[in-house]
Amino acid sequence: MIQVRNLVKTYKDVKALKGVNVHVKKGEIFAYLGPNGAGKTTTIRILTGLTRATAGTCLINGFDIATQTGDAKKQYGLVPQAINLDQELTVQENLLIHGWLYHMASSDIAGRVNELLDYVELSPKKKSLVKTLSGGMKRRLMIARALLHSPGVLFLDEPTVGLDAAIRRKIWTLIKKIQQQGTTIFLTTHYIEEAEFLADRVAFIDQGSMVALDTPANLMAARGAWAIDRLVADVMETLYFKTREEADTFNTNRSEQFTLRRVNLEDAFLDLTGKKVK
Amino acid sequence: MIQGIIAIYVREMLILKRRLSRQIPSWSISPFLYLTAFSYAVGRGVSIDGHSYLEFLIPGLIAMGSMTQAFAIASEINIARFYWHIFEEFQAAPISKFAYVAGEVLAGMTRALLAIGVIMVLGFLFGVRLHYGFAFFMALLLNSFVFASLAVGLAMVVKSHADQAMLTNFIITPMAFLGGTFFPVDRLPQWAGAILNLLPLTHASKAIRAACLGEPVNLFSYVLLFIIGSLFFGLAVWCVERAKD
Ligand SMILES: Nc1ncnc2c1ncn2[C@@H]1O[C@H](COP(=O)(O)OP(=O)(O)OP(=O)(O)O)[C@@H](O)[C@H]1O
Ligand SMILES: [Mg+2]
Repeated sequence: MIQVRNLVKTYKDVKALKGVNVHVKKGEIFAYLGPNGAGKTTTIRILTGLTRATAGTCLINGFDIATQTGDAKKQYGLVPQAINLDQELTVQENLLIHGWLYHMASSDIAGRVNELLDYVELSPKKKSLVKTLSGGMKRRLMIARALLHSPGVLFLDEPTVGLDAAIRRKIWTLIKKIQQQGTTIFLTTHYIEEAEFLADRVAFIDQGSMVALDTPANLMAARGAWAIDRLVADVMETLYFKTREEADTFNTNRSEQFTLRRVNLEDAFLDLTGKKVK
Repeated sequence: MIQGIIAIYVREMLILKRRLSRQIPSWSISPFLYLTAFSYAVGRGVSIDGHSYLEFLIPGLIAMGSMTQAFAIASEINIARFYWHIFEEFQAAPISKFAYVAGEVLAGMTRALLAIGVIMVLGFLFGVRLHYGFAFFMALLLNSFVFASLAVGLAMVVKSHADQAMLTNFIITPMAFLGGTFFPVDRLPQWAGAILNLLPLTHASKAIRAACLGEPVNLFSYVLLFIIGSLFFGLAVWCVERAKD
């Protein structure tokens, strides 16, 4: 479980977070969705003890990251936004060092390494140097590393950024699988469909403030079920309808180009922020 | 705690092991050039306090080498921090700041000892026989302790790799030339000698040289190096905390 209360972070003149409140429940996938610079990474860095908060408290499984740092740090695994593996070491060595950093017994590490490499489908790469792996493999290795010490909470900062569609789906499947083992997952993303597919609940964050927090279904339902995108005088406009029939009725007797589709999370986000996420 | 130190230390050693075949030649180049140049250019005619110039020079090179190689850990830390972001993995891990600094300092000291091994072999090949006993190794360890600790502290303070290079130019390079490595500090005007006697490297060179030449060592130098090293170590631990933004 993660509890964040009134979290504020100010860098010299930038207000990165302006009082965020979050309560992530045990076993859920919680997506933190927002555009570039919204404050997603800042939140994760504070939650994981890499950055100090200006004000507010963060509890992980009940431990305060600022005052009970040692205990809090044992509760979670972290997959940061930038790849931070030791490129000149092998896959196995990277995992071994991580196990020692988390006070695991060497005898336990060996078994757990095999188990996790199997889990993320990297067993054949065990002895390879990390620099010889592809981007998707490195991501999977980072996930395996973060799970090595069997944490109850997993932080994923943009886990699929820069990966192709097929690999992204592979990582999504992996994340779902990790949830099924009982792990609580806090993930940030600026891909709407990622949050829509994975998350039990989604928080929209924009310029350091949370603008909405609900299940994807509820967030979308607020706008209706169907949407029509159309061009009016060269400006794109989206109209929302409760039912398909309403939308069809609207379209009869009109000649301009349009697209009829289901409402998605992006509509909800646009509505709440007046801005477009990628 | 011990396990944290081991994790940090073993990681540095694994990286060093992979590079060793390139590292050893690179460690040999500058001592080899100094030894060749000085043994032909000044070697024969000059003697200092009854010793040949090479007998004087090799302990100086050892002092300098242990300083620069221990300090070189700063570059490793910087690359890991700014380029590979690996420092975040240590920041997120439940290890103490003390364990992190201790692991890195031990790694720096190990590097220094290996590089000195290369200089000792070269000295032997150049036909110089010196005493490498307990007093010698203690001085060597203390000197590398001082500069590895300084390196870890500075690596936490700098904001980029370029800053790091600048610090090396301002601190390490002048000290390498002035710290009693190439010429005896006592031969300088008194005021200059007094200033240079404040540098830890001057004390390390004196202690290492006396030990190598089988002369009595000055215990004060050892105590001073230990105190300076401990101070730098403490500062480094404090700087690790400050490295959080
Ligand atoms: N170390 C720092 N110093 C100063 N400002 C910072 C620092 N880190 C982040 N910021 C600022 O804080 C704000 C939030 O940044 P953050 O990295 O949390 O955004 P993000 O939501 O993760 O964006 P992205 O999708 O690009 O990763 C930005 O305006 C950023 O410029
Ligand atoms: Mg980010």
